Parts: sequence; structure tokens; C-alpha cells
Amino acid sequence: MTALNERRQVAYIDGQAAEARVNLELETEGMTLNMGPQHPSTHGVLRLILEIEGETVVAVDPVMGYMHRGYEKLTEVRTFPQVTTLINRIDWLGSFANEVPFILAAEKLMEVEAPPRAQWIRTVLFELSRIANVILFLGDMGVQLGAVTPVFYAFRDREYVLNQIEAVTGGRFHPNFDRIGGLKDDLPKGWIAETKAVMNKVREFCDIMEDLLLGSEIFEARCRGIGVIPEDVALAYGLSGANARASGIDWDLRRDQPNGLAWNEVDWKVWTHTDGDSFARYWVRLQETREAAKIVDSLLDNLPAGPVMAKVPRIIKVPEGEAWVSTENPLGEMGYYVVTRGDGLGPFRCKIRTASFNNVSIMPWILRGTYVPDVITIVASLYFILGDLDR
Amino acid sequence: MSSAEPESTEEDEVEAPEPDELREGLLERISDALGDTLLGSHIRPGDELWIRVGRDAWVDTGRLLRDQLGCRYFGFLSVIDWMPSPFGLDEDSQTDLDPDETAEPGEIQQGYAGGDTRFQVFARVASVTEHFGITVKCDLPDDDLSIDTWVTTYAGAEWHEREAHEMFGVTFVGHPDLRNLYLPTQFEGNPLRKDFPLLARRLKPWPGIVDVEAMPEEPAPPGDDGAAEGASS
Repeated sequence: MTALNERRQVAYIDGQAAEARVNLELETEGMTLNMGPQHPSTHGVLRLILEIEGETVVAVDPVMGYMHRGYEKLTEVRTFPQVTTLINRIDWLGSFANEVPFILAAEKLMEVEAPPRAQWIRTVLFELSRIANVILFLGDMGVQLGAVTPVFYAFRDREYVLNQIEAVTGGRFHPNFDRIGGLKDDLPKGWIAETKAVMNKVREFCDIMEDLLLGSEIFEARCRGIGVIPEDVALAYGLSGANARASGIDWDLRRDQPNGLAWNEVDWKVWTHTDGDSFARYWVRLQETREAAKIVDSLLDNLPAGPVMAKVPRIIKVPEGEAWVSTENPLGEMGYYVVTRGDGLGPFRCKIRTASFNNVSIMPWILRGTYVPDVITIVASLYFILGDLDR
Repeated sequence: MSSAEPESTEEDEVEAPEPDELREGLLERISDALGDTLLGSHIRPGDELWIRVGRDAWVDTGRLLRDQLGCRYFGFLSVIDWMPSPFGLDEDSQTDLDPDETAEPGEIQQGYAGGDTRFQVFARVASVTEHFGITVKCDLPDDDLSIDTWVTTYAGAEWHEREAHEMFGVTFVGHPDLRNLYLPTQFEGNPLRKDFPLLARRLKPWPGIVDVEAMPEEPAPPGDDGAAEGASS
């Protein structure tokens, strides 16, 4: 009897020990995962150091500067017209939009007003660069989540818009077209009719995206409720653009602070969403693309006649002062704080406030406690460009 | 140090621009709240309000702007180095001029809302409901480049202060994690200071004005009646 008991006891202890060994093997400790600088999801060279417990992210440390080109130092050794070439390359997808706030700041300091035709054409090109930029986002967010098809539609339809920008400015990605006092050139013949046809294609593209992505239940399941940013956190971090509007903040610099450009001459709507999650950010940008196509159409219908360049001296000499101009760029609020000394040289100090810098600074806060696949979703939905982030 | 004079008193010959009631009102509320620590201000009517505060009032000013004036949106925070650059900035100079050690340093002259020192921290916050923004400046004494952090008031200041720290060498007291943002950890120096040379120019001299040929006169294309594209009105 005792022998049987003993055997049972030994078997019981053995079983317990075996279970304990399995538990020890399954126990996970924190792991550091490096979403290294080369990664298809980070829109360039951004490094995210993730500390993970199992599948949950405990802490995130974004490491940037791989693309830091020192623009603020470089602007100090350039003359004002030369700076435009430089700042084109900050947000390279919507590049005309980068030039505009700087040129407006210089015009504000020189007290020069561009003629109405120039302001309207600037607005048209601004909206075209917004469309080119956001079309890429609409396709790109799909491919980050694994839906490969949308990005092909995106690149194809973006080519039409880039062709139009190239027809006017000579450059698809780096137009360098804005000048202090107006624009370099007028529109080529036949451009307006072509652009209207392209806007129809843009609208078709938005419908396709709505069908392919917004209608897909996988997309909804992966995006709804993921990465919710409440309104006060968004404002404290300085989130702008569609990221802020997706959190319910009704603020659009095109409507509220047009700085002389022609947005308030046409009828359009600011889209907001109350959820503040990744789905909302995608949805807002989709609606904004449609709205931008509508703005371009309305502006092109009523373009005023006249010169495209005001009378400015050949050697630009900006008087002493400080100016801040910010515009609603495709990525958010981008602004230039220009300090001049009035000595005929370039800016004394040019602080470049980019939207992506603030948009990415929220990552340590928002990525805490998410799952690893959701990290990609949130990073994709915040939408930053490395040139904009690193300058 | 300039005070908040409406532009109209200085430009009586030119028609006086309308006083900016919104910003004048804001300035009044700020000066009531801050009293003596408001050291200077400037308004460009219809455009922007600048204020300059003492270093001790930096955090209080941030709280005042956020809570009382509704400026909940954090724009940016950075530093201005008011010393004129000792290096050659002229685009025609064939090489980056070495600074002349014996030359007198250029006179430091600050901008709007005045200033007394070489380094000035400045930040901009805005109200998204009332559509105005305020730029706040604060002097830093040359022997003690430090200031309290704004992270407790505006969470977004965290990265901006890290960048200002590495680029200018300003310490933000109370910042949770003041390490380099863009620059490698072992980087020595503060690049955006005016006495830090632009290394690109050291490596390769600026070519100056390059010989440029004038563009040939383009003949007008046939059938062009000179009307601008899509001109209406």
C-alpha cells in the first residue's frame, strides 16, 4: 500500500515539476525590437526602438536625424530667392506647398502683394500638391496594412497630377516656382482643361479607395479604435492637419488664416471626425482629397486675368523685421518664422516649423500599450514625411 | 525695449492702420496678469502679437496663455542667437571667410519686443477657436543658459526643447529626458549657434556667382493671340 502511495506521490510531484518547467520556458521577459532606420513602414529613415512584453509595446523611443540636412543653418547663408530651392525639399511629396509660407513671410516683410492672378494660381498649385501628397497616403496606408492593390492605383493616378504640375512649373517633385511677388510664369495654354480632366480622375480614384479600403472589413477591424488621440492631447502636442481634424478639432488654416491666398473665394467644406482613431484619420484625408479637387475646379473656373508678378526690384532686399506665416500644408501646419536684419543678405534666422515634427512627437505617448501590428497602423495613419520631420 | 505702441502714433503722415482690438485686448489681459514681468511687447495689426517675459515668469506665462487665453495649441519652441555671424555670408565670397579674431564682435541687436541678451528662447502658441497666436520670447543670461521646461504645460514642448538643447546648448530645467534629438550622442558643439561654422562651406568653398548666359529670346508660338490662359473677369 505504501509503495503504491509513494509511487502516486512521486508521480504527482513529477507532474508538478514538469508543469513548472513548461511555465518557465513560456515565461517572456521584455524584449527590445528595433524597427530600424530601413523599414518600409516608416516613410523614410526613422528608427523606432520598441520595448515589448509579449505582443504589447511598453515603451517607444523614436530616433531621428538620419535625414537631418541642417536647413535652418543653411538658410542663413542663402539669399531669399535661393532659399526656395532649399525648402522645396522639406516635404518632397507636396513640394509647392513648402515654398508658399516662406514666400508669404518675405512678402509680408517687404510689404509686397502678389497680384490676384498669382494668388489664385498659387492656391491651385497648392491644392494640386495637396492632392498629389494625400493620394500617396491613401494608397500607402493600404499597403502598410497588407492591402497591396490600392498603392498601384495611387501611384498611377498621382502621375496625372504630377504631369499637370510639371506642365506649369517644369518640375514634378521640386517645382521651385514661387517667387517673392508672384510666380515665375503663367499657365501654359490648354492647362485648365487638362487639369479639370485630371480632377475627374482624382474623384474616380477617391471612389475606388472608398470601395477598396473603407469598404473592407479587414481595414475597419484593423483601424477602428486603434490609436485614439483625444482632443486635448492633440492640441497639447501640436498635432495639426488631418490628424487634428480627425480628433474633432474644427481648425483649418485655409479657412481661418488664408494669408491672401484664394481659398475663401470658393465654396468648400472642412471635414472633421469625432473618433480620433486611425480610421478617422484616413477618412478625413479621403474627404479632403475630394474637397481639394472641388476647390481646384472652382478656382479654375473663375481665374482672374492680369500679371503673375508684382513689381519687385531685381535684387531682393527684405527690410528688417520678423514674420511668421503658416499654411495648411498637406501634412499639417507648416510655418516659417523669418528674422531679417535688412542687410540684403538672407534670413538672419529662419525657424522652420514642420507638421511632422509635432505629429511624430506624440508617438511615445500613443504607442504605449498597443500591439505590435497596431504600431504599423498608427504610424501609417499619422502620416509624416522624413524630410518634413528631420529637415 | 519697445513697448506696445499702436503703429498709428508713429505713422501720422500715412493713414493709420486700424488698431487691432483683439490683440490689444489680449495684451491688456496679459499685462494685467503678469505685471512687471512683462518686459516688452509688439503688435503687428491684423497679424501677430509678440510678448517678452522674464525668465522667472516663463512657466507662469505658459499656464496663463493656455488656461486664461485659450491658447491650447502648441506651435513650436526654439531659440534665436542674436549675435551676427562672424563668418562670410556674402554669396560672392570665394571662400568661407575665417573669422577675424581681432575684429570687434558685431553689435547684437534684438528684434520685436526687445531683448538684452544674445540668446532668446521663443515659442508660439495659438488658439484654434479664436484664430490668433502669440509669440512669447524670453532672454537667457549669457552666463547661465537655462530656463524652466514647458513640458508640464504643453506636452509637445518635449521634443522642441531637446532640439533647442542640442542646437544651442540651452538647458531646460526639469525636462524628463534632455538628450540629443537629431545629432549623434557624441557630437560636440551646438550647430545653430552663430559661432559654429557651416561645415559644408569649410569642406568645399562656395563657388560664388557662376558664369550665366542669358536665356535666348523665345519667339511666340504660332496662333498665340496673347490672351492669358483661362482669363476671366
